[in-house]
Amino acid sequence: MGTDAAAGASSHPGARRAEAEAAVARAHASEWTFVLAAAARVAGDLDAAEDCVQDAYAQALVHWARDGVPARPGAWLTTVATRRALELHRRAATLARKLPLLVPDPVDELPEAYEFPDERLRLVFTCCHPALALEAQVALTLRFVCGLSTAEVARAFLVKEATMQARLTRAKKKIAETRIPYRVPDAAELPERLAAVLEVVHLVYTSGHTAAAGAGLTRLDLAERGIALARMLRALLPRDPDVAGLLALTLLTEARRAARTDADGRLVLLEDQDRALWNHELIAAGQQLVEQALRTPPAGRYTLMAAIAALHDEAPSWTETDWPQILALYDLLLRRWPSTVVALNRAVAVSFVEGPAEALALVDGLAEDPSLATYPYLAATRADLLRRLGETDAAAAAYEEALLLTANEVEAQFLSARLADLR
Amino acid sequence: MAKYLVLIYDDEQQLAGADPSIIEANHERHVAFNRDNGAAVVGGAQLKGSETATSIRTRPDGTVTVTDGVFAETKEVLGGYYVIDAPDYDAALALAKQVPAVFGGVEVRPIIDPGA
Repeated sequence: MGTDAAAGASSHPGARRAEAEAAVARAHASEWTFVLAAAARVAGDLDAAEDCVQDAYAQALVHWARDGVPARPGAWLTTVATRRALELHRRAATLARKLPLLVPDPVDELPEAYEFPDERLRLVFTCCHPALALEAQVALTLRFVCGLSTAEVARAFLVKEATMQARLTRAKKKIAETRIPYRVPDAAELPERLAAVLEVVHLVYTSGHTAAAGAGLTRLDLAERGIALARMLRALLPRDPDVAGLLALTLLTEARRAARTDADGRLVLLEDQDRALWNHELIAAGQQLVEQALRTPPAGRYTLMAAIAALHDEAPSWTETDWPQILALYDLLLRRWPSTVVALNRAVAVSFVEGPAEALALVDGLAEDPSLATYPYLAATRADLLRRLGETDAAAAAYEEALLLTANEVEAQFLSARLADLR
Repeated sequence: MAKYLVLIYDDEQQLAGADPSIIEANHERHVAFNRDNGAAVVGGAQLKGSETATSIRTRPDGTVTVTDGVFAETKEVLGGYYVIDAPDYDAALALAKQVPAVFGGVEVRPIIDPGA
């Protein structure tokens, strides 16, 4: 092919182009949300803002290859995207065409040396507005804060692209039609609104950590997005204990990922995991965050969950786990976050402090709750307790029930193996 | 600024059986809501009971049927409304949260601005 020779003959521009492409890719990974958030402030419309950002990245490829990569690529992109957004906004205003406004306080003028404020919190709080359905909040966050394409968001939640497109359109329409403002809530509203944001981030992480259905136990990409979101919130709200707690929880859970499945992709319980495979850097970072979060009482839901995860991560072996301390944390968690799922996890802790019979009584009590009727972990927990009590037939029946309820193939394999061991 | 309709839905049976002091307190809260948010409250009214409602449906062929009762049967029925003026949805929701509905709740809907 002649192109190789041509590239060799003009290596200088080629190298420049490669350098520009690499810089654009880097800026896409690290600055995209910042640029979009700033453009949205001016455009008053998420879709319009995204077009402007797209345009700015395309221009960067051309300009940076020609003039070199600027000293602050993010500022360059933000300026270009925002000026374009301002232009569109003005043109729309002149045409008296009503743009859907998500911005009550648009920036009308951009001074020459404008230092763009970090608008990412506005973006996050708008996407996670409690007037939107939770699934819409999650979709908007992945789409506009993480920068995933609609097709990628659809794949992550195992729905058709058209379904996800409709969900996003409906959510954006509600933002525009109701005039959900593009702003950070004031101090009075902040705790409630931040709780909604943390729930979305936690859901993104857990959806990636344990896929509800499908072949892989972890949908790695979503777990990574969840951690990236938690890290971003931590950078934006460095003093908030609940944010520290959530980031700690994701890091302390993620630390065990390599040990959660064996070479054949089979599920390995915490009890049987090779603790040498755990990521000790993540554990150390998580522990530090938990300690910081616990210094501002009362400890929130995620901080308590992180503290429990930290105790597991610190234990040299399953038998040396500090179960009384874990049970005490579950008692606090149940008070802060009364839910049957927490009660079920607490029952497991009870089984190691008081014994499986005491735990079984608690689990049987929970089984009367209709919301847990189809929850596979309830049947799986019962099965495990019965197995430990030597009640083989009852345990087998409970494993069979759990098998019927789980849609995750890796978990189903694990349950089948346990069932086979009993027989 | 934009206008929003706050629809008040309440359980009439529970209201009918409630202690007079509860009804009185509810009334006081409406008075307070109007007093505290005078400028933002554009209008509003309390409705007579759902037993006074009549629904009228017109079929595509033009036939009109008139029936006794509310449009859709629900435990909580529309009992009153406010029209409020707010700069954005957060402000509208903050106002709507102050609207009393002892045995029910409120629904907030943006009103289309015909001049926009």
